Amino acid sequence: MPNLDDSLGVHVLALKLQAHRGEVLATNMANADTPGFKARDIAFHTVLEQYQSGGGNGLRLTHDRHMSGAQGGPGGAELLYRTPTQPSIDGNTVDPDREKSAFLENAMNYQSTLTFLDGKFKTLKTALKGGQ
Amino acid sequence: MSMFKVFDIAGSAMSAQSLRLNVTASNLANAESVSSSIDQTYRARQPVFAAALEQALGGGELGGVEVKGVIESQAPLQQRYEPGHPLADANGYIYLPNVSVVEEMANMISASRSYQSNVEVVNTTKQLMLKTLSLGE
Repeated sequence: MPNLDDSLGVHVLALKLQAHRGEVLATNMANADTPGFKARDIAFHTVLEQYQSGGGNGLRLTHDRHMSGAQGGPGGAELLYRTPTQPSIDGNTVDPDREKSAFLENAMNYQSTLTFLDGKFKTLKTALKGGQ
Repeated sequence: MSMFKVFDIAGSAMSAQSLRLNVTASNLANAESVSSSIDQTYRARQPVFAAALEQALGGGELGGVEVKGVIESQAPLQQRYEPGHPLADANGYIYLPNVSVVEEMANMISASRSYQSNVEVVNTTKQLMLKTLSLGE
């Protein structure tokens, strides 16, 4: 019998990833005026594709003393550096406008994922009640 | 829920930017504070920001911003010959602070914009969390 997580599909990881990306982008915004700070982001689609192809980061643990090699984020999300378009002279690569639009886009995606999850819960509820 | 960290991150940035606004206000207020010697003259102050990376908490390299300190500008002071001034020294000179009003205004606008961006981040995150709480209702 499939468990609850299975019935929710990819949306659980998507929600975690979007929450994590929100943190990353908030860090960028917070450090918009910090000298030498490099803007970071995660490759959302890459992580999700890796998850869907079932492969993590392509490495498998074949011994109990192997290290997992997992990165900090959920689903092995790796923190990457943004390619700067207009780096400033103090070494800061945060573009506030870009970060702002990315943050809002991420917020919209998060809300979409919530809506999908809500639909899943409604379906489960209907199934549990037997259509009554 | 890991999203609570956004409030800490944006909160640290808001506190840092408001400190920057305070420093700017102090500089602008003292832009005309003359004195009779170089040592007593007000010097422009600037906060030093640094990224606060909380690697110890297992959060990778995410964190807010911290203020390392407030430094005084080492730019030369303005010296003006005004023998009639009550604060003039023995040679008739008064000393003015090295505050650049134009720079301070630009600094002020930059700080207030950054503050606004971070308020927006907090507001958006709050809405997302409220929606998450009402999931499945």
